[in-house]
Amino acid sequence: MSLQNIKKYLRKDMFPHIWCPGCGNGIIMASLLRAIDALALDPDKVVVVSGIGCSGRISGYLDFNTVHTTHGRALAYATGIKLANPELTVIVAMGDGDGSAIGGNHLIHAARRNIDLTAILFNNSIYGMTGGQFSPLTPFEKRASTAPYGNVDHPFDLAPLVKSAGASFVARTTTFHVFNLQKYLERGIKKKGFSFIEVITGCPTFYGRYNKIGEGLDMIKYQKEHSITYDRAKNLSEEELADKIVVGVFQDIEKPEYISEYEKIIEREHHE
Amino acid sequence: MALKAKAKVDHIDINTSWCKGCGICIGMCPTQVLEFDERFKARVAHLEKCINCKLCELLCPELAVSVEEAENE
Repeated sequence: MSLQNIKKYLRKDMFPHIWCPGCGNGIIMASLLRAIDALALDPDKVVVVSGIGCSGRISGYLDFNTVHTTHGRALAYATGIKLANPELTVIVAMGDGDGSAIGGNHLIHAARRNIDLTAILFNNSIYGMTGGQFSPLTPFEKRASTAPYGNVDHPFDLAPLVKSAGASFVARTTTFHVFNLQKYLERGIKKKGFSFIEVITGCPTFYGRYNKIGEGLDMIKYQKEHSITYDRAKNLSEEELADKIVVGVFQDIEKPEYISEYEKIIEREHHE
Repeated sequence: MALKAKAKVDHIDINTSWCKGCGICIGMCPTQVLEFDERFKARVAHLEKCINCKLCELLCPELAVSVEEAENE
């Protein structure tokens, strides 16, 4: 587990990347590479599909088969790729605006279908690339450029939403919990079925500045102080959980996967 | 399962052309091994304090820090 092991997966001529100093997206990218390295996947059989936004830039930095798709439609493209060639490992990188706002329907329907994809949602609680507008995951009363007096909307609790939509594996973690992050990514990639990993990441340029949390380091410390495990959160009231980040595995079950069910139908009809 | 003793750290490699000076490695290091240099990039100051936890390497968003272990004899 050394940096040299994961550098071979990078397009080094694209570095240093464009993410701001202290942005957590690079931590998620490095963890994803460590997970892929630990699973010893064939790089030619890995596809990384990304949407639009800061997180969407990840496809330019990784030396796999990569697709930078349209806003919110990363899962739709990934579904097509996986159906056309089921032996590929398809990893989808989305941002919070990408995955929960414009691509919200793709997300719940991919989970309902339970297709064998690994979706990673980079939740920085704000639209970072376009100037810090609030997203469907900006917490209540937190500030953004379009909510200078505090956000009046309540955010989605996305992990339980995807869980109830029918995903096989659902987890949430933060960029501070790097060991868990890598472990969840490994479990998600190995899982036959739809895996969803929501990662809370810091946006020091907009979210951290508007909400006076501070820079990248302070945002990581914020995540450390405000995280609470899924098992402990079960016994707490809503008020106690108001500014807490619930981390852990929300769902890990075995259920019929879309492509294997589809192939069963083809086989059955051909034999008759 | 016996606990494996951590290998001794030979050196910490910092890629200063990738480092953007966010200070995450410096702030998260439990033993204050790293510090800012005059260009506000990370620099190794006290290698002897390093306990090989690799938090700097794991938490570096720029993939610029690499903890190199000494070769085991």
